[in-house]
Amino acid sequence: MPSFVNPEKCDGCKALDKTACQHICPNDLMVLDKDAMKAYNREPEMCWECYNCVKICPTQAIDVRGYADFVPMGASVVPMRSTDAIMWTVKFRNGQIKRFKFPIRTTPEGQAQPAGGFAGAPDLDGPTLFTEPDSLGLNAVWMKR
Amino acid sequence: MQDFKTTVVETDLLILGGGMAACGAAVEAAHWAKQNGLKVTMVDKAAVDRSGAVAMGLSAINQYVGLKDGQNTIEDYVDYVRNDLMGVTREDLVANIARHVDSSVHLFEKWGLPIWKDENGGYVHEGRWQLMINGESYKVVVAEAAKNAIGPENIYERVFITGPLMDGDRCAGAYGFSVRENTFYVFKSKATLVAMGGAVHVFKPRSSGEGQGRAWYPPWNAGASAYFTLKAGAEMTCQEVRFIPVRFKDAYGPVGAWFLLFKSRATSALGGEYMQERRPELDNWVPYGHVKPVPANLRNYLMMLDVMEGKGPIYMRTEEAIKKLAEAAPDEKTYKKKMKELESEAWEDFLDMTISQAILWAGTNTAPEEKSSEIAAAEPYFIGSHSGASGAWVSGPEDLAPPEYFWGYEGMSTVKGLFCAGDASGASSHKFSSGSHAEGRIAGKAAIRYIVKESPALLAISDENVESLKAETYRPLALFAEQSAATTQKDVNPAYIRPKMFMLRLQKIMDEYAGGVTAQFTTSKPMLDKGLELLAFLKEDAEKLGAEDLHELMRCWENVHRMYQAEAHVRTVLFREETRWPGYYFRADYPKMDEENWHCFVNCRLDPTTEAWEMTKRPILHLFRSATQAAGN
Ligand SMILES: Cc1cc2nc3c(=O)[nH]c(=O)nc-3n(C[C@H](O)[C@H](O)[C@H](O)COP(=O)(O)OP(=O)(O)OC[C@H]3O[C@@H](n4cnc5c(N)ncnc54)[C@H](O)[C@@H]3O)c2cc1C
Ligand code: SF4
Ligand code: SF4
Repeated sequence: MPSFVNPEKCDGCKALDKTACQHICPNDLMVLDKDAMKAYNREPEMCWECYNCVKICPTQAIDVRGYADFVPMGASVVPMRSTDAIMWTVKFRNGQIKRFKFPIRTTPEGQAQPAGGFAGAPDLDGPTLFTEPDSLGLNAVWMKR
Repeated sequence: MQDFKTTVVETDLLILGGGMAACGAAVEAAHWAKQNGLKVTMVDKAAVDRSGAVAMGLSAINQYVGLKDGQNTIEDYVDYVRNDLMGVTREDLVANIARHVDSSVHLFEKWGLPIWKDENGGYVHEGRWQLMINGESYKVVVAEAAKNAIGPENIYERVFITGPLMDGDRCAGAYGFSVRENTFYVFKSKATLVAMGGAVHVFKPRSSGEGQGRAWYPPWNAGASAYFTLKAGAEMTCQEVRFIPVRFKDAYGPVGAWFLLFKSRATSALGGEYMQERRPELDNWVPYGHVKPVPANLRNYLMMLDVMEGKGPIYMRTEEAIKKLAEAAPDEKTYKKKMKELESEAWEDFLDMTISQAILWAGTNTAPEEKSSEIAAAEPYFIGSHSGASGAWVSGPEDLAPPEYFWGYEGMSTVKGLFCAGDASGASSHKFSSGSHAEGRIAGKAAIRYIVKESPALLAISDENVESLKAETYRPLALFAEQSAATTQKDVNPAYIRPKMFMLRLQKIMDEYAGGVTAQFTTSKPMLDKGLELLAFLKEDAEKLGAEDLHELMRCWENVHRMYQAEAHVRTVLFREETRWPGYYFRADYPKMDEENWHCFVNCRLDPTTEAWEMTKRPILHLFRSATQAAGN
């Protein structure tokens, strides 16, 4: 069942009109059962195990169980994502545990400036894009001789 | 059935999709639009932060030319792509992307993407063209810049684009529906840029249960670009050039780091190295069989020959590679440190882009330093930005394209006002995430130039026409609502077919007749003819798709989109009477490459009103001399 929800932890995103997992799933799989106020994956066989719902859930209610048709049971891979890094805990079927931590971005969230600080004043005609040639680190865009 | 309201959005440039190419288009177009007082609108079926093929993240940037440090030249890149595609490449398009791609990569870094650096501050390469990144938030960062450029008020999320709006021979916008609310959308635009990715699940995947979703290509890109451009009447190219990646078996985890970074070998179960043992086979595919690196499809093919001879499983010799690297260490301490680093790199490769592979390794207690892991060829996908080449036939840039390849605006298809980028544009493969972004930028700028120079008028569409598009779009809902009470089990009903079964039917046809996994990627004219006969029935039955809710309605239209991609593929494979990419598909009735007759593009066009297909050959014009003298003619 690829992604699954722990009913003890899911609070239905406190009845907001759009739950976090529903907002983010690229394949429109996560839905809220309005009676139980719990989310679930409505089409497990269309889940890519992209973990976007897992990473975004504010109560850590979502986990992933490897595809039952080819993954032996017992393993788990659990992320903890902060604003600048992600920490992974990988648990093997035999109980062995490995932890990895990787950076995810170098700038504060929301701050990406379209021009990236590059200067450029090209013309609408011609091949030069708006941050070029600065963003290429060259004096001009390459042209065929 | 419920009531559906209609919302009409008027804009100047309409960007369809929110992936790498679309985000590139948005960032670039926003600048020129502002200068010219124009509006840019973006529509995505998902949330732009995590949509498209990069939704999970990536562990590498696969196209970086390194022009500023003189690492490579534009000619080098063109040569590489041309050879990998067995000579079939639009060199003007590849060169155009290559001259801008570094610019996109430098922007990603400024926006906050962590790119690995060596001790001298240079980028760490995985291979000649690939850079290592910590790419968990790659898409988040790229989307953020796009959103900041055009403003959140101009972005429509969770709106599924169904098809094009036409104004005679000009594309004048798009229509679609919200998968959240009862709203039908009509987008009127002066120019439209299609970047809705490639297609998966056209062919049957290897998995049959829960694991069906774990195709290498993400299940949410379902052929919308191909459908949209075909239905607008645009000429399409390279529809036969599908891509089959070789990856770790079942979870399809990346093998690039193992081959390129760890220098691992792949062998048959008997220990033989097919790339060595089968070298003479490459003589049958000259000149491309003799270039370095060996084209991806030929590498696949040599492996497949081992599999067909019963020499599987095929293994990535991870334990051997690690041992070798360890032996190179001067002492125990360096060895331990090196091992720890390698282990972390190997796992990050999975955790950043194919988490399922980490689960599979953990579930099978796989320690790569102890045992080998199986690799296998996946199923066929349509991804013109990667190692496939399918997409629309677009104009090249004025300064690079010969007259045959130039009609005014770079990235514009043969339909006026319809631009394409990323997986949506063809014959320019190996652009990957970075090149797709750069191509989106190129097309985004050209589209604004088109609007400024040609000042096309907004479409005047009658209410009647809107109502008929709306009825067609929601027909599966209406049919289900009318008929579902006629049986006691809503899945089985003689009046409609639900999208899941429709998809399985399409996949079975493609798998068996068009050279899918169970057909060992082999097909022939009689097989393709039979496939077309069955596709024709399927097309008729598409009128009888039934949907219970908006989510299922989206599934219905995704499968209609896939079906058109399928037909374009079958017709093109049929037309090209040779085998040119044996590791992608094999024509049993024409088992050899035929440079004399088929060193050309095969293009197709659907007449949107009569639904008749037209096939044509287009010349391959060489603009760059080949360094290896391989592909010149
Ligand atoms: C498994 C995998 C691994 C890869 N690894 C690498 C790598 O390591 N390095 C690298 O550089 N490249 C890699 N690539 C290639 C890279 O991901 C693609 O080249 C790139 O994403 C193509 O960009 P695009 O904009 O054409 O499509 P995408 O980025 O896929 O965007 C398509 C967009 O269209 C939207 N869409 C689809 N249908 C509709 C519809 N009907 N209506 C509205 N919106 C729609 C989607 O939601 C999405 O936003 C990889 C690709 C895959 C699949
Ligand atoms: S995001 Fe988490 S808490 Fe919110 S609805 Fe989904 S599972 Fe429940
Ligand atoms: S893992 Fe990805 S595809 Fe699966 S439900 Fe979560 S967000 Fe959707």
